[in-house]
Amino acid sequence: MRKLTLMAAAVALVCALFWVLPIPATVPASALPPHAPDIDNGRTMFNIGGCASCHATPNKDAEKVERTRLGGGLALQSPFGTFYVPNISPDPADGIGNWSEADFVTALWKGTSPHGRHLFPAFPYTSYQHMELADVRDLFAYLKTLPPVSGRARRHDLAFPFNVRRLIGLWKVLYLHGGPFRPDPSQSAQWNRGAYLVNGPGHCAECHSPRNFLGAIVASERFAGGPSPDGKGWVPNITPVGLQHWSKEDIAWSAKDIASFLGDGMNPAGDFAGGAMVETIRNTSKLGAADRTAIAAYIVSLPPRQGPKPPPKK
Amino acid sequence: MIRTVFAIAAITLGVTAAVAQQDPIAARKALMKANADQAKIAVAMIKGEAPFDLDKAHKVFATLEDAATKAPALFPQNSIDQPTADDPYSASPDIWQNLEDFKARFAKLGADAKAADASVKDLDSFKAAFGNIGKNDCGGCHEKYRLKKS
Repeated sequence: MRKLTLMAAAVALVCALFWVLPIPATVPASALPPHAPDIDNGRTMFNIGGCASCHATPNKDAEKVERTRLGGGLALQSPFGTFYVPNISPDPADGIGNWSEADFVTALWKGTSPHGRHLFPAFPYTSYQHMELADVRDLFAYLKTLPPVSGRARRHDLAFPFNVRRLIGLWKVLYLHGGPFRPDPSQSAQWNRGAYLVNGPGHCAECHSPRNFLGAIVASERFAGGPSPDGKGWVPNITPVGLQHWSKEDIAWSAKDIASFLGDGMNPAGDFAGGAMVETIRNTSKLGAADRTAIAAYIVSLPPRQGPKPPPKK
Repeated sequence: MIRTVFAIAAITLGVTAAVAQQDPIAARKALMKANADQAKIAVAMIKGEAPFDLDKAHKVFATLEDAATKAPALFPQNSIDQPTADDPYSASPDIWQNLEDFKARFAKLGADAKAADASVKDLDSFKAAFGNIGKNDCGGCHEKYRLKKS
């Protein structure tokens, strides 16, 4: 009898944990001190954040996409199904026009929607959680200056059980922690700026790292490359392992090469980037040169890591 | 003498055409390789690692224009190549879904390279013209139609 009671208690405890742990976290308005938004900084965050790459209304011709019309609708293929990117224009009905500042901070830091639901981590809040509060608020202020676009994206098309949002709460317990970026005092201001841009708003590791079966980045192989999220190609290793053996000519990338690549898309061998990196360069080319140099200073300092092996060559 | 020259020219032409017919994949890879070799020369001049040389600048654009003229014929229906040890890239199947657009991009590259060849006069004009072609023509097409496989 006692054994039974103990067991029942244990089961109840586990159930309670599973009920409580995944409750979506929020940031209350009271946590936001007075702030005078800096729209220019918001634009910088918009560019390094790559918001337009997913949220701008798609066009068959990538060069014709209007970066500031954030009507959403882009289909993101993944091993779990297809995500349809939402409208984040200031439209009050279909976009984020009715969101409060706290709603926006909550979405970027906690991955929780204003309705208190978990957002899917296809929205890279695992990186955005590292953004400084002021930068998030400036970004929100900048987004508010953009044209409202009406229309909603269709619903995500995901396989069970990945479509159960409640389960994302458990995923977050495993993979969402860290909070805002903490600078490393032993490194230069430039390195820290680069580390912040790369790991926070820039979310470089989200594509340049392999993922496990739950779709989370394999921490020990961060930046070591892997299959592209849509499964069609391969994203390169950007630790020294990848950048030193970039081609058969064995051209090592210097920090200067990386900075210039993020500006014009041309690598040290004279080749022009392809795939999703072209879109990324549309973002990084709009940053100030100092930020590109800072990113480069951080990237060349990454520890060498061997990533997964690409499919066999024929 | 003239006959010999003609004969050799005819044979060379014939062989080139035959190679192109036999193996369009090898032929188009060779064109892209030629582009990359020229681009490397361009990059060195732009970065100031090599002195600017107007003849070399013209050669860069002439090579790109030449590739733009020859390339469209080298992508027969569904000629998908496999990546090799020294070439991690392959043609995307999307090419044959959007063949008109794909060919139009080569036409634009050809026109842009020709205009650049005509207008280049110094390092600054070279920088601007090459940067524009690289970002829009090379990059734009690689974005849609080139896959990195490893």
